[in-house]
Amino acid sequence: MRQQTVPTSSTVPPVDDALPTGGSLTRELRAVWALWQREMLRLVRSRTQVAMTLLSPLLFLFLLGPGLDTMLDTQAPGAGGADRGSYVAYLLPGILIMAVQMPALRAGGAIVRDREAGLLRATLVAPVRRDTLLVGRCMGGASAAALQAALLLILGPLAGLPADPGLLLLLFGAMWLIAFSLTMLGALAAVLVRRVETFQAMLGMVTLPLVMLSGALFPVGALPGWLTPVILANPLTYAVDAIRRMAAVEGVGPVGSGPIWGGWQPPVALELAVMVLLGLLALVVAARRFNRMD
Amino acid sequence: MSAIVAESLRKAYGGVAAVDGLDLTVAPGEMFGFLGPNGAGKSTTIAMLCTLTRPDSGHASVAGFDVVRSSTEVRRLIGLVLQESTTDGDLTLMENLRLHDHLYGLPRRTFPARARHLLDLFGLAERHDRLARTLSGGMRRRLEIARGLLHEPAVLFLDEPTAGLDPHSRADVWNHIHALRRDRPLTVFLTTHHLEEAEHCDRILVLDRGRAVVRGTPEELKATVRADVVRLNTADDARAAMRIRRDFACDATVDAQGVRVVTENGAALVPRLCAALDTPINAVHVSPPTLNDVFLHHTGRAVTEGEYLR
Repeated sequence: MRQQTVPTSSTVPPVDDALPTGGSLTRELRAVWALWQREMLRLVRSRTQVAMTLLSPLLFLFLLGPGLDTMLDTQAPGAGGADRGSYVAYLLPGILIMAVQMPALRAGGAIVRDREAGLLRATLVAPVRRDTLLVGRCMGGASAAALQAALLLILGPLAGLPADPGLLLLLFGAMWLIAFSLTMLGALAAVLVRRVETFQAMLGMVTLPLVMLSGALFPVGALPGWLTPVILANPLTYAVDAIRRMAAVEGVGPVGSGPIWGGWQPPVALELAVMVLLGLLALVVAARRFNRMD
Repeated sequence: MSAIVAESLRKAYGGVAAVDGLDLTVAPGEMFGFLGPNGAGKSTTIAMLCTLTRPDSGHASVAGFDVVRSSTEVRRLIGLVLQESTTDGDLTLMENLRLHDHLYGLPRRTFPARARHLLDLFGLAERHDRLARTLSGGMRRRLEIARGLLHEPAVLFLDEPTAGLDPHSRADVWNHIHALRRDRPLTVFLTTHHLEEAEHCDRILVLDRGRAVVRGTPEELKATVRADVVRLNTADDARAAMRIRRDFACDATVDAQGVRVVTENGAALVPRLCAALDTPINAVHVSPPTLNDVFLHHTGRAVTEGEYLR
């Protein structure tokens, strides 16, 4: 099935061997798949970078966690009188999200780097839709980020996570969704910003507050009430809480850690849906900007 | 029908015209050189012809398709090699080519043969499974040209194909471009700011501040400059200069290095000078006009050194 139109003129027509194949949707999907595959190849070839990215989450989990644990009275009754569990167990979901967040945002930002490197222009001239290029890059980036975090997930049982393969797989799926969403937010920031330095400064400024206000490190219920809108608007709040509830590791302390909407706690599926919707929204806006870009 | 046509093409950035009413026609199979200093509008023109930038006004068509209305068809029929390096250093040569193949939706069955043929043609076959970042600048540029040809384009755009390369790699890239043109009929549109490189072209257009200053074959272009410099060292320079001014109606002056003659065609003048002068000639040197001379002649400004090096 050939959809190629060759001008009926004196220009040199492409030789038959190099005519595009397949319908238009097939072709767009193939482009997405090829870009995804490229990110996977890059991941496999940048082991040093992966190791460095994983270093700080590992330090948090296996040094800061146990260290703080000794200061906390974990024998005291927790919320609702339940056993609180260790701080390390509390920390684990937050650390998983941290491990996903950095590479995901950075993958989104790779669009800025590619623009400076000329790599972007080389792909922009390909006969596929620009949104396809964006989706392919972000799918690849999200998968790479989720896979990096999966290395931590495997160590999860050491930090109190039930060693249940089904649960680990489910968590991986949720982390992929979260990674996709964060990659899209990174991509949105990237298409709005022209310089790599600006993007990096923006990333550095935003990530720490977002982690602090997400319940990743401590229950946000203890924070002053005026921060509540920020906490509820923070996408990481939903990501961390969803992973924490799926992993079924209970929070430390007399205050809750998850988001509460007017006295109602949204179910895990809704929390993940919030992330996905946010990611799709970022995708639409980013794609519109991307399409108009010179 | 022409391979490339542009009519009153215009593009401004922030009120400043980068390309200002450009007309051009490139015949199929022609090697067309786009010559001008950096900032003259060469890259903007390429971006418009390659559908990456929309013209503010005017029309352009490539391989018979309008660059705005039929951009997908145009993209299918052009190969683009940019001046920045655009290969993925983390992928092997073969993987870089395969990515391109996927993005262009080309048949997987014929990929190995097409890729191998091009890697052979560009002298990269032995390195096909190396990472692209291990290639030298010249080899990387060759890989980019090979990639730009994988989908058998009708028109190949080369934006400063030898920018940032040392003279040896530069000559090497040119050898490959010539070999390529013997291999298949192909229209090539290239930009450069080296007049020596423009020599390779069938026709040249000189661009300045977004406008076409002059166009023609390399010979015509140089003839318009009339700026060959012939240097003579003779037994009596003053007498020789006087005779040249009188008998040849040329601009001849004497300075510390001998007689300096500015003429339209230096090579043709030398035998006539040798025959006519009665003073013994010790040495003759002819230098062709440079881009600076062409530029100076048509715009009254010199292409500064700073713009040459970049």
